[in-house]
Amino acid sequence: MSEIESRGYVNPSVLVSTEWVSQHLQDPKIRIVESNEDPLLYGTGHIPGAVEIDWTRDLNDQVRRDYLDHQGFSALMRRLGIDKDTTIVFYGDRNNWWATYAYWVFQLFGHDRAKIMDGGRIKWAQENRPLSREVPQYPPSEYQAPARDDKKIRAYRQQVLDHLQAKGRLIDVRSPAEYTGERLHMPEYPNEGALRGGHIPGAANVPWARAVNPDDGTFKPAADLKAIYEGEAHLSHDDDVVVYCRIGERSSHTWFVLTHLLGYPRVRNYDGSWTEWGNLVGVPIER
Amino acid sequence: MPELPAKLEETLELLDLVPDRAERIQLLIDIADRFEEVPPRLARRPFSPDHQVPACESEAYVWGEQRPDGTLDFHFAVENPQGISAKSLAVILDEGLSGAPLDQVAAVPQDLVYRVFGRELSMGKSMGLMGMVSMVASMARSRLPTGNPPLAGPR
Repeated sequence: MSEIESRGYVNPSVLVSTEWVSQHLQDPKIRIVESNEDPLLYGTGHIPGAVEIDWTRDLNDQVRRDYLDHQGFSALMRRLGIDKDTTIVFYGDRNNWWATYAYWVFQLFGHDRAKIMDGGRIKWAQENRPLSREVPQYPPSEYQAPARDDKKIRAYRQQVLDHLQAKGRLIDVRSPAEYTGERLHMPEYPNEGALRGGHIPGAANVPWARAVNPDDGTFKPAADLKAIYEGEAHLSHDDDVVVYCRIGERSSHTWFVLTHLLGYPRVRNYDGSWTEWGNLVGVPIER
Repeated sequence: MPELPAKLEETLELLDLVPDRAERIQLLIDIADRFEEVPPRLARRPFSPDHQVPACESEAYVWGEQRPDGTLDFHFAVENPQGISAKSLAVILDEGLSGAPLDQVAAVPQDLVYRVFGRELSMGKSMGLMGMVSMVASMARSRLPTGNPPLAGPR
């Protein structure tokens, strides 16, 4: 049993270790993808052979607020030389925050041959593993993505309103100051992109980074995760759960934890999140 | 509205000459390599939260050290070792604003970050970087002698 398997996750195969990645650098069926919060980081050096997916540039529609459609996703996959049977290993900075976001978007197109490198960029660097500034080029693929399927893992605002009516469970993964609305009202503070502060009524506050060990960015064992999400936030395995943050990026990390590490079958990410809810006219807000 | 400080304008004009994204990123990385942390004579860890940049995920800190002529030298710390953008912006702000007239520093707009990094910044990233600009401008504004000082903001 590997160290990751010993942590008690429901689906441990979604994680790979830095050592596993180092042994698959030349594997043609593996594509390593770096996705960061900091747009300069990939250029300072990355895992040899890794390509970059920049979330704002590559995964978003450039005009309206939405993700790319299946044509855009197909074009991205072709450019990166990714086939349907290519296994993608995502990693990145900030505890894999953006790596899990990219992972989540890929699931909207059903690319389930995907994994996260546990510990992300920081662990790879801590272990003094090689970094390269060479940007790799792969032969274009002929990827044909299906239509994007938002139903299972993505929530829109009306669905969140319905969820509220049905007394479904909500997890707000922002910082406590954002959750209370205090941060929005601090002087000299950059605008949070919302006119009102607070949280969706009934949401429990579990800041996203609690799911990782701060020293090396690895995910905490299942027992620790259960203590947080079930012991403190009172979630149950079969709950219908909606997670959100400011634009859905941090909450994709929590979506990953609940869905794959704890095996919850019904978790959706509300990517409209606070930048939508905090600007909507007439929706309920709790402080 | 006061003009941008001359040294800052020079840096921005240099960046404007590099529209290619990959080349721009390399230039900004080279700038980040010049980052020097706040000297120990001014601050030691744990740094005071009074100097922490609000909203900056890279845990950036800013200090303003007064020169004999009343202008400020700006110093920074970035606690996230992977906070390359924050370090790059810190160098640009230090080199461009230290010693500049306070009214000009006070009026530096937050959306300077888009001119430096381009529009393809995530919301959280742009807010953190804007927070650095805002904090520097705020330090200058608090030392302006009178009246209704200009507010830093988009223009």
